[in-house]
Amino acid sequence: MSKVAVFNQCPGSEVRAESPLAHLASIKGGSSLVVTEHAFLGHLILRGQADNESLKAAVQSVIGVELPLQPLTLALNETTGASVQWLSPDEWLLILPAGQEYDVEQNLRQQISGHFSIVNVGGGQTLLRLTGSKVFDLLSKSCVYDVHERNFPVGKGVSTTFAKATAIIRRPNEQEWELVIRRSFSDYCYRWIADAGREFDLTFTV
Amino acid sequence: MLHIFCPYCGEHREEAEFRPKGQAHIARPLSPEQCSDEEWADYLFFRDNPRGIHHELWVHATGCRKFFNVTRHTVSYEILETYKMGEKPKVTAESLAKGGRS
Ligand SMILES: [Zn+2]
Repeated sequence: MSKVAVFNQCPGSEVRAESPLAHLASIKGGSSLVVTEHAFLGHLILRGQADNESLKAAVQSVIGVELPLQPLTLALNETTGASVQWLSPDEWLLILPAGQEYDVEQNLRQQISGHFSIVNVGGGQTLLRLTGSKVFDLLSKSCVYDVHERNFPVGKGVSTTFAKATAIIRRPNEQEWELVIRRSFSDYCYRWIADAGREFDLTFTV
Repeated sequence: MLHIFCPYCGEHREEAEFRPKGQAHIARPLSPEQCSDEEWADYLFFRDNPRGIHHELWVHATGCRKFFNVTRHTVSYEILETYKMGEKPKVTAESLAKGGRS
């Protein structure tokens, strides 16, 4: 049980919240490339030693998935929609349904002992979901990382560059790709996708 | 473009994801206050500039953000190995002189 003071960063429905893409317009197009922002999800960065048994047990009991220790992998809880992604040998990204991050952080803090940290990074990044037959084409013209099936199977997640901006690319299932982009780069990434996706009749919902 | 194997991510990535951080294996003097100005300046500022094998520190800046070591040939740019922090290089100027791989 840690003695760190944690405060609830979710202001509740009475305060107006704005996603990093709030100032941008949705784009109407076809169904071959559909990008949808999923704003206000709970993003937590969990850091600690991979051999800390209490950390593994806490993630298992609070999130309901096994802590991914294999590099570049993603663990999904199909029921709740929560995910845990390996980012580094001692760092994981937790993406939770909106509004759960405070409770999850508290529960993890109660159960993890030893040296660890949890930081709410939800205000600093947002998640885009990409579907359609042209997602591969968009990604391969936008980043140097090899997104071909043989190098990027379902369940993989990498931190790399997208259009030269730092971004996380994930593949939670056969139909979807996810991009986690920084707030400070979100305007730029939106404009990049809007331009790069024009030839694929992009639909972008923000 | 260099293709660099990150020993933490366990795969090759493009050079654009990394940043070079200079010479590796520089030990900080254990008691800086006992150092002469020359010894301290040597630690802070003076670096090797070999023609051939160089052990360097790199960081996987847009990936796992871990620091690791690279053994690189400064003439051919060939990367002979990458290895984690705290580990020792397998390929050195001495090991190559003794007939290791070039
Ligand atoms: Zn790495």
